[in-house]
Amino acid sequence: MPRFLLTRVSSGLMVLLLVCLFTYLVFFALSPDPAVQICGKNCTPELIDQIRGNLGLDQPFWTQFFLFVVGIFAGRTYGDGAGAVECAAPCLGYSFQSSQAVWDMIVQRLPVSATVAIGAAVLWLLAGLVGGLLSAVKEGTFLDRFTTGLTLTSMSIPNYVLALVLQYVLVVQLQWLPFPQAVRFADDPVQWFLNFVMPWMVLAIGYAAAYTRLTRANVLDVLRENYVRTAYAKGLPQSLVWRRHALRPALTPIVTIFGMDFAGLLGGALITETVFGINGVGKMAADSIARNDQPVIMGVTLLAGFLVVVGNMVVDVVYTAIDPRVRVNA
Amino acid sequence: MTTDPMLLEVRDLTVTFPTPRGPLDAVKSLDLDLEPGGALGIVGESGSGKSMTSLAIMGLQPRAARRTGSVRLRGRELVGMSEADLRRVRGDRVAMVFQDPLSSLNPYYTVGLQIEEAYRAHRPGVTRRAARKIAIAALERVHIRDAAVRVNHYPHQFSGGMRQRVMIAMALSTEPELLIADEPTTALDVTVQAQILDLLQEIRRETGTGLVLITHDLAVVSEITDHIVVMKDGVCVERGAVEQIFTDPRHPYTQALLDAVPRIDDEIGELRAVVPDAATTSPATENTATENGGPA
Repeated sequence: MPRFLLTRVSSGLMVLLLVCLFTYLVFFALSPDPAVQICGKNCTPELIDQIRGNLGLDQPFWTQFFLFVVGIFAGRTYGDGAGAVECAAPCLGYSFQSSQAVWDMIVQRLPVSATVAIGAAVLWLLAGLVGGLLSAVKEGTFLDRFTTGLTLTSMSIPNYVLALVLQYVLVVQLQWLPFPQAVRFADDPVQWFLNFVMPWMVLAIGYAAAYTRLTRANVLDVLRENYVRTAYAKGLPQSLVWRRHALRPALTPIVTIFGMDFAGLLGGALITETVFGINGVGKMAADSIARNDQPVIMGVTLLAGFLVVVGNMVVDVVYTAIDPRVRVNA
Repeated sequence: MTTDPMLLEVRDLTVTFPTPRGPLDAVKSLDLDLEPGGALGIVGESGSGKSMTSLAIMGLQPRAARRTGSVRLRGRELVGMSEADLRRVRGDRVAMVFQDPLSSLNPYYTVGLQIEEAYRAHRPGVTRRAARKIAIAALERVHIRDAAVRVNHYPHQFSGGMRQRVMIAMALSTEPELLIADEPTTALDVTVQAQILDLLQEIRRETGTGLVLITHDLAVVSEITDHIVVMKDGVCVERGAVEQIFTDPRHPYTQALLDAVPRIDDEIGELRAVVPDAATTSPATENTATENGGPA
């Protein structure tokens, strides 16, 4: 088990390093000179050079990249002399825009994105599993066909369209939901909760449709397995055959997909957060891309990569618990 | 002859599938008889309807299929029986062993649990601990060593032959009157085949369980069973005692099947196939020299 984890962790780190490198390369090669951007209106060539020096932009590419990676693990110092800025251990640099530490920006916004992701995940898991199971049980009936049609429709509606329609219908027309207001959970839990209802729905609906189809297909596949026939031949009641022999094999692959989807979402739902004005990692990413705020984009990309890698590792570990065939020491 | 009712009495069994080109009979007007403790072989090539017969006896034919006729187990009619009553017969009075033991065992559960649930399904109120003892005993009976340890292992930790032993142990745990084995040795290699056949023989001797053995392999039936039914295209084309069929096959299809068996003392030449038109379906040939040659 430890060896298995060790290989997973080291290969995960390799993936992250590569993500880092490619993101760095892209911005190094493509983006306009950040020093000019930071410098602003009253700018002199000397000032630009000084900013370059402070940010380490005058160094060759590999040195810059190396310093960046070292900064994440050991921290780094920008500039020298009296103007030196100490950036503590998980150092992802400073936003060109707001001069805030990128790490702090992420830490601030991550709980918001997590709230969005968790609520949506609960919704889509419930809807997807229930819908898929019902569809499989009632294979070929009206309910099954209706569900299939519904999933197709909801998968083909873009998030931002759905978001606008929902806002118009639920808030403006029907007034079932109050207008979103910026409140803290502690101040007004009800308003806080209602703020999130629409983002949750918008995010969940596409996933729910995909999970419904996946669940239905898996259950129908497993019901055709020989071991299900064996279970019937043993005289087990139908409910037990389903519960024990069909559901567990059918739902196992969903753990994999869920781990990856959820991990991806934790790193911010770009469109949904932007449309609803939710101040999470996703909106931060969208804003920073618009302003070419390179350190923030780097930070968000790395975060997303990190979450996916960790999500995969969690899935692997969970898998060893639910599927005896992948138990390594067995 | 005993006056006991026959163990298995199948009359006019027909399994029909709806197809776009009209109903298709996978099994047509089949009659089978098996005395208590007897062994019957059903022989035929792929698609002859022999596996469908075994499923239909237990009412496990696919949902789309329609089953008509009569299947009597010790005089009790199984066709038309309620699902709940059928469930009590399945696995308890009649147990099945399938062709591919790996896919027929659930990979997610230990073999112990899968034997226990077969047993407990028919013995309500039996504790897990008691069922565990039964499972270990069942594994010992099929000569699996270290049964007390192996009971906690998963199917993928067994070899092909051992898995089939597990399937047999599972089937026998409830002490059924009738064991239906559907190509039990087909997925196994030759030496293991022989071991499994020996095991089936031994179990018959010791428990007096009736056996219906379904196979395409004439060598297998000749070793174990006393009567044979030869099937082709869902119809019984010939039936009789083993020696009778082997020495004096009446139906050209049976002859073709026998000719297709490669023999070690044969001259080296091409393998003979079962030529379809040499064996066109014709009414069942009664091998009248047997005392148990089909319905009276």
